[in-house]
Amino acid sequence: MRDSPHQAVAVRGATATAAAEDPYLVVRDIAKMFGSFVALRDISLDVARGEFVCFLGPSGCGKTTLLRCIAGLESQTTGSIRQSKRDISRAPPGARDFGIVFQSYALFPNLTVTANVGYGLRSKRMRRKAIAARVAEMLALVGMPEAGRKYPAQLSGGQQQRVALARALAIEPGLLLLDEPLSALDARVRVRLRHEIKALHRRLGITTIMVTHDQEEALTMADRIVVMNQGVIDQIGTPEEIYRRPMTPFVADFVGTMNFMDGVVLAPGRVRVGDIELACDSAEGLAPGTLVKVCLRPEDIRVRDLGPVAPNRLDAVIEDIDFLGSFCRATLTLPSLPEAELVGDFSINLMRDYALAPGQPLAIAFPSDRLRVFARDGR
Amino acid sequence: MATAPSTAVSPPAARGFGRDEIIQRAAIVLLVAWLALTVLAPLWAVLSKSFQDADGEFAGLDNFVAYFSNASLVASLWNSLFVSLLSTAIVLPLAFVYAYALTRSRMPMKGVFQALSLIPILAPSLLPAIALVYLFGNQGFFKSWFPDGTIYGWPGIVIAQVFYCFPHALMILITALATADARLYEAATALGAGRWRIFWTVTLPGARYGVISAGFVVFTLVITDFGIAKVIGGSFNVLAIDIYKQVIGQNANFAMGAVVGLILLAPAVLSFVVDRMVQRKQVALLSARAVPFVPARKAGRDTVLWLYCLAVGGAIAGILGVAIWASFIQQWPYNLAFTLENYNFGDFHSDGWKPYWVSIKMAAGAAIIGTVMIFLGAYLIEKGRGFAWGRGLAHLLAMTPLAVPGLVLGLGYIFFFNARDNPLNFLYATLALLVVNTIAHFYTVAHLTAVTALKQIDAEFEAVSASLKVPFHVTLRRVTIPICLPAILDIAIYLFVNAMTTVSAVIFLRGPDTPAAVMIVHMEEAGRIEGAAAMATLIVATSAGVKILHVILSRFLNSRTQAWRRR
Repeated sequence: MRDSPHQAVAVRGATATAAAEDPYLVVRDIAKMFGSFVALRDISLDVARGEFVCFLGPSGCGKTTLLRCIAGLESQTTGSIRQSKRDISRAPPGARDFGIVFQSYALFPNLTVTANVGYGLRSKRMRRKAIAARVAEMLALVGMPEAGRKYPAQLSGGQQQRVALARALAIEPGLLLLDEPLSALDARVRVRLRHEIKALHRRLGITTIMVTHDQEEALTMADRIVVMNQGVIDQIGTPEEIYRRPMTPFVADFVGTMNFMDGVVLAPGRVRVGDIELACDSAEGLAPGTLVKVCLRPEDIRVRDLGPVAPNRLDAVIEDIDFLGSFCRATLTLPSLPEAELVGDFSINLMRDYALAPGQPLAIAFPSDRLRVFARDGR
Repeated sequence: MATAPSTAVSPPAARGFGRDEIIQRAAIVLLVAWLALTVLAPLWAVLSKSFQDADGEFAGLDNFVAYFSNASLVASLWNSLFVSLLSTAIVLPLAFVYAYALTRSRMPMKGVFQALSLIPILAPSLLPAIALVYLFGNQGFFKSWFPDGTIYGWPGIVIAQVFYCFPHALMILITALATADARLYEAATALGAGRWRIFWTVTLPGARYGVISAGFVVFTLVITDFGIAKVIGGSFNVLAIDIYKQVIGQNANFAMGAVVGLILLAPAVLSFVVDRMVQRKQVALLSARAVPFVPARKAGRDTVLWLYCLAVGGAIAGILGVAIWASFIQQWPYNLAFTLENYNFGDFHSDGWKPYWVSIKMAAGAAIIGTVMIFLGAYLIEKGRGFAWGRGLAHLLAMTPLAVPGLVLGLGYIFFFNARDNPLNFLYATLALLVVNTIAHFYTVAHLTAVTALKQIDAEFEAVSASLKVPFHVTLRRVTIPICLPAILDIAIYLFVNAMTTVSAVIFLRGPDTPAAVMIVHMEEAGRIEGAAAMATLIVATSAGVKILHVILSRFLNSRTQAWRRR
């Protein structure tokens, strides 16, 4: 549907960063059905040359399906894909220009690391010396220059992942596709590999698309994030845009933590939540009487330097405090909002200065420019 | 920059075909055509023949009516059911205890007992029957045990079948009993259940699908077996003998043979369907969280089981030993001097040693051609992309042979390939047809072995290969086949041994080339049982030799590829 919010979102996202040059990858109106199940709907996006894009979403949202359609491993039901101005919508995977790394690495177990990395080079009719040189170059690039003679079974998960990367990059593809490459690794290795992939990307400048369900990964690695939910794109934007200006409640909730309160618009810029009236800048464009969800990030709850008549000032009671190392997460209840249970992130400094403890009353304020509203029946 | 989506709704994106896909699709079509010709067409021929009269005209249900009103033919049906049920009832408990001993106890020499139990697979089904004749027949050592030749008849059939079917039941029961969840036993013990109670409420139900599956397999094996009934059945007629009589000989009534064949098809198809259903349930029994069960050492129980295995394993080896020994005896049982006379097959039959070489050629042909075709077929079906209905059809056809008894298939081959207007009838009565028949007969188990091995390989190899612009057949050669080599060898051995030992599939394929197993039947028919024993021994020796070669080759292969198989 041409005027659906998602089309507008996609277009907006596309304009935002790919303004100057022609986009490297153009995806238009992709839909994918498995029988009667709609896996993808109205998918349109642009990827600029050299950009690092993340497809982010919960399991089953269609992000891997979309990646496989771009790779040609699935064929879309309708829609078109253009890579570097070439229409590849109907091309089989062998005729497209991409390298892919899977969650399971898919290294050939009976071949050495050298043979694995050089696998795609044999068919390019390179001379043996040239192949060997390139393989050595790739292994050095991923930080494993000595691993050539080993077999995949002798490598750790992180090492196998790097070999898989080297193999995909050896043929110098125009597009690098990563399908949840870090999910099978443990936390420490994951963080390290995140940095390595990002460093690789910066060094090679290769257009990259990564699928992940981990929002922290997406926030740290991506130039732009495509947030997907149940087969449609909810928002495309930079990590900052996605986090600070989510456009749907789903994005607001999925990325980071979010407090939600039910309310109704009273006047432009003012909403009523329960018995209280709040000043809310982002409620400007909505008609009075609209049912809304009012959202606020835990770290945006203000405690310091509140005058007695600060706007949006509320009295709260601390129910519980979770110690998370560098900050504390407090569960707050408000007498004026009986059903609401809010979460606030308070730094250790704050905890000390105000001597916060469970059961203690606390005056808080919601900054009017940090509150976001979404119409209640919309997505 | 124009950012509005530029295209209207695109037409359904049917993907273009790369070269890889065209080759794969063509190969699948060929495979489907092959299977249709070698499995479906003969089956159809049997089906249609049963509705025809002697002149080939459509005769409705006349043949069926004639069958069921013929008292002696119907008597064979009851006879078949009787021996099958009795044999099953005897084999299942025997094999169950043996399997229990091998999987749930700590008795010593398990490897030896397992090897002993699998010996009958290396021999044609005729072998135990021949041994029984030597032991209890009219000139038998222990003929007083079955006076007046009463061994000829259902007692002989049942005893021989028990020996022959034992390893088949055992393998299934070992699989069923080997997968046990230790947590269930711990829970039962903690709740105070005694040993017998645990057996009835935990062990037996856990193995119930294996028992059901083994029961059906044995039942089908017995009811469709020809060799044993021929040698030791005497005047006790069973369905398999009926088919033989209706088709071979002066008063050949092909239509009636076809009717009996169809009746024989029923238990085989039923067994197949039940087995499929049971397979699915068996897999679900062992959840991912199960803890493997390790039996505790219990001296009393272990000793009893060891003695049991000694008795049963010894009996199996003994039967085999009798037949082998008898083949080297001058004049049983009077002159027990050693001789090699019985191996001068030329004395018994003008063909001499030729049938043996025919068998070797047939087995080698089936093993080589069959393995290549079956593995490549399984690869295309399992790892191919697109063309879902073609691959689905190929898989369905590949599963069909398991439901078709050898006799029925052989019958179909006569009807189909000997038909005058069939352009393929130049194949009839050739070695090539024997090879084709063998491959078709044993297709399914080999196919499933290949599919299982292929399923264990990462599903994305083909995608990686495509992304690296490497044609699929290069990856097949460099990666898939080396990884699957153990399974490929298993398939080759399976086809070879079965080709050497099968009787029922080839008994009808007359021609200048007669395989050894059929030769045994002829020699026995002519009363030259010593020649039959000799040929049977030869077959066992060949199968055993090839099997030993397989073991050596596997060990060698394993040690060579340890570097990357080892975790």
